Amino acid sequence: MSDKYFGKPVKRVEDPRFITGTGHYTEDMTLPGMAHAAMLRSPYASARIVSIDATRALAQPGVLAVLTGKDLLDAKIGSIPTGWLLPDLKTPPHYAIAPEVARHVGDVIAAVIAEDRATAEDAVALLDVELEPMDAVALGSDALAPAAPQVHPEAPGNVAFEWEIGDAAAVEENFARAYRTVKLTLRNHRLVPNAIEPRASMAQYQKASDEFTLWTTSQNPHIHRLLLAAFVLGIPEHKLRVISPDVGGGFGSKIFQYPEEVIVLHAARKLNRPVKWSARRSESFVSDAQGRDHETVAELAVDEHHKVLGLRVKTVANLGAYLTTFAPAVPTYLYGTLLNGTYRFPAVHAHVTGVFTNTVGVDAYRGAGRPEATYVVERMMSRMAHELGIDPAEFRRLNFIQPDEFPYQTPVALVYDSGNYEPALDQALERVGYAELRREQEEARARGRYIGIGFSSYLEACGLAPSKLVGQLGAQAGQWESAVVRVMPTGKVEVLTGSHSHGQGHETAFAQIIADDLQIPMEDVSIIHGDTGRMPYGWGTYGSRSAAVGGSAMKMATAKILDKARRIAAHLLEAAPEDVVHEDGKFFVRGVPANSKSFFDVALMAHLAHNIPDDMEPGLEAQHFYDPKNFVYPFGTHVAVVEVDADTGRVKLLKYVAVDDCGPMINPLIAEGQVHGGIAQGVGQALLENTVYDEQGQLVTGSFMEYAVPRADDLVQFDIGHTVTPSPHNPLGVKGIGEAGTIASTAATANAVIDALAPFGIAHLDMPYTPERVWRAIQAARAQTQQAADD
Amino acid sequence: MNRVPINLNVNGKATRSDVEPRQLLVHFLRDTLGLTGTHVGCDTSQCGACTVHVDGEAVKSCTLFAVQADGASVTTIEGLAHEGRLHALQEGFWEMHGLQCGFCTPGMIMSAADLLAHEPDPSEEQIRHALEGNFCRCTGYHNIVRAVRHAAEANARGASSEPVVAADD
Amino acid sequence: MYTTEFDYHRAGSVQEALALLAANPDAKLLAGGHSLIPAMKLRLASPPALIDVSKVAGLRGIRLEGVEVVIGAMTTHRDVEFSDVLRAACPLLSQVAPLIGDPMVRNRGTVGGALAHADPAADYPASMLALGASMTIASTSGERTVPADEFFTGMFETAVAPGELLTEIRVPAATLGEGQAYEKFAHPASRYAIAGVAAVVRTQGGSVSSARVAMTGAGYHAMRLTKVEEALVGQTPTPEVVEAAVRGAVSPDELLGDHFASAEYRAHLVEVQARKAILRALGSAG
Repeated sequence: MSDKYFGKPVKRVEDPRFITGTGHYTEDMTLPGMAHAAMLRSPYASARIVSIDATRALAQPGVLAVLTGKDLLDAKIGSIPTGWLLPDLKTPPHYAIAPEVARHVGDVIAAVIAEDRATAEDAVALLDVELEPMDAVALGSDALAPAAPQVHPEAPGNVAFEWEIGDAAAVEENFARAYRTVKLTLRNHRLVPNAIEPRASMAQYQKASDEFTLWTTSQNPHIHRLLLAAFVLGIPEHKLRVISPDVGGGFGSKIFQYPEEVIVLHAARKLNRPVKWSARRSESFVSDAQGRDHETVAELAVDEHHKVLGLRVKTVANLGAYLTTFAPAVPTYLYGTLLNGTYRFPAVHAHVTGVFTNTVGVDAYRGAGRPEATYVVERMMSRMAHELGIDPAEFRRLNFIQPDEFPYQTPVALVYDSGNYEPALDQALERVGYAELRREQEEARARGRYIGIGFSSYLEACGLAPSKLVGQLGAQAGQWESAVVRVMPTGKVEVLTGSHSHGQGHETAFAQIIADDLQIPMEDVSIIHGDTGRMPYGWGTYGSRSAAVGGSAMKMATAKILDKARRIAAHLLEAAPEDVVHEDGKFFVRGVPANSKSFFDVALMAHLAHNIPDDMEPGLEAQHFYDPKNFVYPFGTHVAVVEVDADTGRVKLLKYVAVDDCGPMINPLIAEGQVHGGIAQGVGQALLENTVYDEQGQLVTGSFMEYAVPRADDLVQFDIGHTVTPSPHNPLGVKGIGEAGTIASTAATANAVIDALAPFGIAHLDMPYTPERVWRAIQAARAQTQQAADD
Repeated sequence: MNRVPINLNVNGKATRSDVEPRQLLVHFLRDTLGLTGTHVGCDTSQCGACTVHVDGEAVKSCTLFAVQADGASVTTIEGLAHEGRLHALQEGFWEMHGLQCGFCTPGMIMSAADLLAHEPDPSEEQIRHALEGNFCRCTGYHNIVRAVRHAAEANARGASSEPVVAADD
Repeated sequence: MYTTEFDYHRAGSVQEALALLAANPDAKLLAGGHSLIPAMKLRLASPPALIDVSKVAGLRGIRLEGVEVVIGAMTTHRDVEFSDVLRAACPLLSQVAPLIGDPMVRNRGTVGGALAHADPAADYPASMLALGASMTIASTSGERTVPADEFFTGMFETAVAPGELLTEIRVPAATLGEGQAYEKFAHPASRYAIAGVAAVVRTQGGSVSSARVAMTGAGYHAMRLTKVEEALVGQTPTPEVVEAAVRGAVSPDELLGDHFASAEYRAHLVEVQARKAILRALGSAG
């Protein structure tokens, strides 16, 4: 093994195609004879479909077919399943095209297939559809009200599940002896992922072989294939090939199996022509699974030494109209188990009610459950510090799990593998210039300027994870990852991985690992992903798992290659394998470097097989399926500094410091890039992004005109630092970094805003901190102060 | 349907075509000319993924009918590299890791090129203001700002860029 | 992402544009298209024909004519942003232009297009009111001039009648003792104004001799804040005087409200932006 590449900021090998406009995204693909699909979507949040008359649409030149929910049922196309089950989970059907009732604005009611996209869009407008609008419900807690409209007959009271974790009695006991408790009602509002590439799918059917190919914007093509073939279309799995080419960002939203994929596959078979669909952004807003949407009541208790005694959490999680692929896991196992944070919490209890509403489905969005948990924990920690009148950083320090306590068993099921939380906090304080900053804050307040400093000493569990464990928790999927390392006669290497890259730079980072281990130039290694026709089975990319799980699989497969290569070299050198060393890209007998065999020599001989050991198979290829022993637990401290303009309520981000520990970084350039993007999304949630449904379930913020995605001038240059605490249980020691930025930053920013508002006596305010909300809070606080003065 | 003849010079090549008036320039570039480097990220003229240059100025090609560009010179991301060498901004984005998924990148680079044409030595604030109309969901803009600065500094030094190495597939 | 079908006509001259308008009464005029085309893509607008006036000869450019700056209707926001003539003679518009949309929008969008569209949240209308601009409108029966005060008649409504074409905007050049400023509070998503206030204030001998203050974004259309103007004129413009003048500048009853910004909040923002604009205008008075 060399260290030529690992840990170095190697420029990305995938970039040349992207910076020259030669990337290949799904929407860029065309096939001869390709037709185009366009969707008619429900304009109502809840409506009975009385009739659909396609006569006018079908009469248009170029219109090839109109598909309705009934057509799909007649073709025996099944419901889209959920991939994670919980005890007593209600799983009402989710048909690609709603056959009788549309359950959210954007639910597909019919699809038009036409010669070109313009004709398809024109024909959608010519469908004569009679809809009978019904009462709808959009807010989770409203859906639980006794008289609330019922989203599904299969889920009485709109309850999808009730779930709990932790020891309620222990929490009760600890609260009874508390020195101080705080309680907050917290709204973690809903977000729209908004990957800049809208979803797209193109299907092809080969009648002769009865085979399908689907090109789609997927983070995990094998999951798409499994769900589409086995559950929805009822076709043999080996007759469907799913290809996910370059994908323009996912953030979770491209994990899930969506209706449009079913529709183009069915249409391609029906018409015996390739069919493509690509979302307009206004469709993305009403059809891509959304994120967050929790209503929570949280209570935290401390003893007289300011040590936390317990955390009690009750959450209503809005799941939207249908359970999407991993929806049940997000507000349960990816949330409740994270409520211990980086702290010694002797007792934690959480109860979650999953609720159906007439809104777009809610599933994993960057961080998936962990940002929600971190928001609860970190907001409560800052609230308590404020209540106790002590510094929020020192209150965190006082309660950190100590380095000698790992592995650490939390009261909410997880066993943290490793951690060392204080150095990250110290570095963050140092970078932000904490003492000086607090002085500046005081001075500014005296001049009527309101600066706030917010902390988030987060932890996350990622690198999903041991299959056996997730299976016990309800996953209907394995969580190992696969790799094939294939050495060619010329010594060039292709690596096939079940991980998928949609911006994470796998083609670079993975090649760094392989090239170092094989001691060959990176240019000799290609990373192949995103095609079920080429790759071994794999579970894809989400939950910050690619480096820790996919990378480890690769490393193990490479070890097998090296072992065989060494044996071939030994044979050629007429030496014992244990005497042969691998240095500077050459195999030689220890101490005799002059007589050596290169990797190329060995690769060639493995394929010629003219002179290899008698008991050896020819070829040089190895496969490994890696199933991790545990999650990995990245952590760190983020500090946000904001200023609130008391005149208008507008909040401005002034400074942002992030110190993360993801173990050793394969490529710091890429790792830091992940943190930057994560911070932007987390800050975006706190300050800008908001998904607003009105009482009729209409999405009020359904375009970039209303939904504020952070733009360049909303943000600042981030100050990024690292500590390095390796994971003890994977061969690379790495942890995930893809979601850390988002997980940490929402809470840090929220705490900063509340800190800025402290002089007004404001103890809490829900996100997002839009100007009017902040201004009103200040007005109300001022009125209260005035009232108190008058009394 | 009626069709209108248009003449365009795209990336230095003259093209003549009959287009439906309702065809947007971005669809003409992508679907008719096969120049798929220009992307569509929204339908409200905001994300900037479709940015190209028309007669030297950055425009959103999703908010311009192809007929409106009749007679114009259009430069897309595919035409930005010059004489086999990357443009300083392409180089900057690569060097500074100014892209992740790459979807916004062509538009981002074309916008940044418009900025550098007006302001060869932009401050961080000027860069952020100039890129207001280009959304990136991956990078948090941090490395994009550095990429533009890198290009500005390279231009000031008169540095030459790396050859284009992208596979021409 | 297709609009409905339409016929496309390109006008080379004002006469040709007017003739095309007369022949296609349901046609829409296409200038920069940055309001019209997005609406057409969402099929919120489906005109049967478009008359492209962006290349009409003589309608693009900025020139000084005596004590007036003349801006051709097809002058782009970018032309305005970079105009040396405006920077010297009408600094308000040099401030406004770079706040409109983004560079790509400014490269295509035109002054005339924006004014004729009269989006209640557009930036120029307040400035034109504050500047006391006048609009030249052409029709087959000749030209007429409409002062800005009579131009904005409602939400997306102006004095331009069917069959007419806005051809130029005339703005009085700034005079000695005059200060101009625009303060915009933008929606974080659309970047349109939630409350934008333009102020043109003249002082003489230490007191305000004239003040024109107008708002956009908060209401159904841009309008003068006459109460504020009256409270300023004749006063020594101390911060306290300005503060008092802007208080109650506009009633929430006259304003728009939505989930992002209620009418009450917008009324407050108008006061804040008016205070800032007036103070900055006073500070810059030459």
